[in-house]
Amino acid sequence: MFIRKSFAVNLGGIRVRSRCLCGAAAAGPSGSIRQSNHGQEQQCSGTSIAQYDIAIVGGGMVGMSLACSLASMPLTKHLNVAIIDSNPALVNGIRINKQDPPDPRVSTITPATTSMFRDIGAWQYLQPYRHAYFDQMQVWDYTGLGYTRYHARDVDKDSLGCVVENKVLQSSLLLCIQNADFQKRIFPSRLVSMSLNPGLKSKQMDGISSEISRADLAKLHLSDGTCLYAKLVVGADGSKSQVRELAGFKTTGWNYSQNAVICTVEHASENQCAWQRFLPAGPIALLPMGDNFSNIVWTMNPKEALDRKSMTEIDFVKTVNHALDHGFGPHPTSSLLGKGNIFSWFGAGVPTSGNGGFEIPPKVVKLASERMVFPLSLRHANDYVSKHVALIGDAAHTVHPLAGQGVNLGFGDAFALSRVIGEAIAVGMDIGEASLLKKYEAERKPANIAMMAILDGFQKAYSVDFGPLNILRAAGFHAANYISPLKRSIISYASGEQRLPLFT
Amino acid sequence: MASKLLHRVRAVSARLKYSRTLSPTLAAFASSRLLSDVAPSASTSPAPQSSGSSDKFEHNAKSSSVRSSLKDPELAKFSAIADTWKDPSSARPFEGMKIVDVGCGGGILSEPLARMGASVTGVDAVDKNIKIARIHADLDPVTSTIEYCCTTAEKLVEEQRKFDAVISLEVIEHVADPAEFCQSLSALTIPEGALVISTINRSMRAYATAIVAAEYLLHWLPKGTHQWLSFLTPEELVLILQRSSICVKEMAGFVYNPLTGRWSLSDDVSVNFIAFGTKNSQ
Repeated sequence: MFIRKSFAVNLGGIRVRSRCLCGAAAAGPSGSIRQSNHGQEQQCSGTSIAQYDIAIVGGGMVGMSLACSLASMPLTKHLNVAIIDSNPALVNGIRINKQDPPDPRVSTITPATTSMFRDIGAWQYLQPYRHAYFDQMQVWDYTGLGYTRYHARDVDKDSLGCVVENKVLQSSLLLCIQNADFQKRIFPSRLVSMSLNPGLKSKQMDGISSEISRADLAKLHLSDGTCLYAKLVVGADGSKSQVRELAGFKTTGWNYSQNAVICTVEHASENQCAWQRFLPAGPIALLPMGDNFSNIVWTMNPKEALDRKSMTEIDFVKTVNHALDHGFGPHPTSSLLGKGNIFSWFGAGVPTSGNGGFEIPPKVVKLASERMVFPLSLRHANDYVSKHVALIGDAAHTVHPLAGQGVNLGFGDAFALSRVIGEAIAVGMDIGEASLLKKYEAERKPANIAMMAILDGFQKAYSVDFGPLNILRAAGFHAANYISPLKRSIISYASGEQRLPLFT
Repeated sequence: MASKLLHRVRAVSARLKYSRTLSPTLAAFASSRLLSDVAPSASTSPAPQSSGSSDKFEHNAKSSSVRSSLKDPELAKFSAIADTWKDPSSARPFEGMKIVDVGCGGGILSEPLARMGASVTGVDAVDKNIKIARIHADLDPVTSTIEYCCTTAEKLVEEQRKFDAVISLEVIEHVADPAEFCQSLSALTIPEGALVISTINRSMRAYATAIVAAEYLLHWLPKGTHQWLSFLTPEELVLILQRSSICVKEMAGFVYNPLTGRWSLSDDVSVNFIAFGTKNSQ
C-alpha cells in the first residue's frame, strides 16, 4: 500500500528518474493510473517491434495536419512517424468527384488556418475542389432589436473565412503527406492499449537486451495484434479519445441540452455571406459553400431536432426559410437610436464600415443532402500532456459550433505542437519529455480555454429569453456593429489572427 | 548580442597584458591558486584535486542537475550558434564532431549533444554519476553511443586524447587549481578547436543569488555546494585561458526569470556566465 501511494505522487507529470532504478519492488507501474493493460503483457504479433519517433493516433484532419506540418519543417522532416487509424480511406485514398453533391459535414476555416495550410504545402491540393471564401457575415437574433454586419474590409482583408467540406480537407492533407519526402507508416487498425513505462520488469532479465534499451518509450498495442514503440504518442482521435482515456486524463465539461441538425441546401443564386440568427432554442447558421450551395447548422433541443430530421424535405425547407426570415420575431430595423449616432463618436476619425444595413438571407430552394443530427457538448481535458503523451484537437477540447471555431482550435494545437517539437530537436532534447510538452500546453491551454469560455458565454446568453437580457444582447449587437475598434478586434480574434481576446 | 561584452573582455585582457601590476583587490588574491606567476607544472598530481573536491563534485552533479537541466538546452543552442559551427536549422549540426563534456554529472548536456549528432565523451570524477549517466543514456539508441569515463581532464591529457570541442560547465568553480584545469582543457582541444566554460562570477550579486538564495533560501542546491572565493570573475577567466593558449571570442551571461521559470542568455555576466574560446593554432 505504501509503495502504491508513493508511486501515485506525480510531480506535475514529471516522474523522478531515480524511481526507475529501484529494485523489483518498483517493477511494473502497478500503482500508476497510467498503466492501462491491467498488468498483463499482451502478446504482440511479429518478431521485432518497430520503433517510431511519434505515433499519431487518429488520422483525421487534425492528426494529418500535424503529420504534414512535421513533414514540412527541415528540423522535423527526418522523424519517423506512425499514423494509427482504422479508416480504410487513409490507405486507399479519398476519391472526390467534382460533380458530387456537397457533403453536409463542412468546416469553416479561419484565415489563420488557411495561411498555416499554405505554409505546410497542403492548400494547393485543396484548391481544385469546391471551397468558398466569404467576406461578409451577419449576426442577429429573434428579438429584432439589433444586428451586426461584419465585412472583411473592416480589417483590410479579403475574406473572413473559407468553408470547405471535411472530406476535401482530409483528402488534401492525405495527398500532401503522401507526396512529402517523409518517413511515415499508416497502421489501419485501432489502438487497444498503451503502456507508458514498459520494459522496467525486463531490466531484471538477462539476455533481452533489446527490451532494456526500450525502457523509456511508450508501447502501443493495436487491435490487429501489432505493437509499436514510440517516443511520443499524440492523441488526435476525437472527442471520445482513446488515448486520453488510456493515459488517464480527466475531463471537465457538460452536455448542452441541444442537438445540431446539419445539412446542405441550394439557393437560386450564389450566396456569399455567412448568416447566423440566434433563435430561442439555439442559433441557425447558413454558410456559403460555393456553386449556389450553403451549409446549415441549426442548433435546437433534441426533440425538435428529431422532428426536423424526419419531416419531409419540402416542410424542412419551409421551416428553414421561416427560421431565417420572419419566424420567431421581427427583422431588426437598420436604424435604431438614430443610425447609431450615439456610437459614432467612439470611432471618431475612423469611418464605420457602412455595410448598408440589415439584409434578409437568400431563400433556400431545396435540400441538397441528407440531414444529420449531432449532440452538442463542451468538454475539456484537464491536462493536455504528460510524459510521452500529448492531446490535440477534439481529444483535448470540444466546443459549441456557434462560431465555427472547433476545428480551427485543433489545427492551432497541431501547428503549435509541431513547432515545439522542432524547437526541441534543435537543442537535442528528447521529444517525449514532459517539460517540453508542458511548453505546448502552456501555449495552447489558455487560448483554448479563453475561446471555450467565450463560446459558452454566448451559448448561455442566448438561451434565456428575458427582457433586460435581450436589451443587453441588443446593445452588444449595436456596439459590435458601430464601434469600429471593437468590431476589428472581434473579427481579428475570430479569424485566428489574435490568440487571446483582450491582451494583444 | 555579446559583442558589447566582447569589447569589455578584449579591453580588460589588453590592459592586463600591458600592466603586470595588480590592483589592490586582485593583489589580495595574488597568493591564491589563481593569479600566481608560478607556471603550473604538469607534474602536479591530480589526486589532491579530485579527492579534495570529490564531495563537492557529488553535490554538484546531483544538484546542479536540477539547475543546469534548465539551462542546458540554452547552452547547447548557444554552442550551436557560435560562429564557426554548422547550420542551425539542421537536426544534427554536430555530425562528425568529437566533443568531450568534462564534469558531465548525470549526462544532462552529453545527451542533447549526442542527439545533435556529436560523438560525445563524458567524463566525471565521481563514479556514481558515471553509472547513472550510463544507465540513462542506454535507454535511447542515439545516446547509447556516448562514451562515459570516470576520470579527470588531466588523465585524459596523459592519454593524449584530442577533441574538436571541449565543454566544461559549472566545474571550474569546484576545482582546486583553475589555472591548471584550464591548461588541461586546452591540451585536450585541437588547434582552432572550441572550448566552452561556464561558471559563476565572484560578485556580490552572485553571493546573494547563487549561494544565499539558491542554497539557503530556495534549497535548489545543498548548502556548501559553492564557495564564493572559488568563483572566477570574467576577467580572471579570460586571463587564465589566455595563458593556456585559448583566445576568448564570446561571452554571455545567464539570467533566470522567476516569473516564467526560464533561463535565457543575456549581456548580464554578474552571476552565471559562459565563455567561448578557440585554441590558438600552433
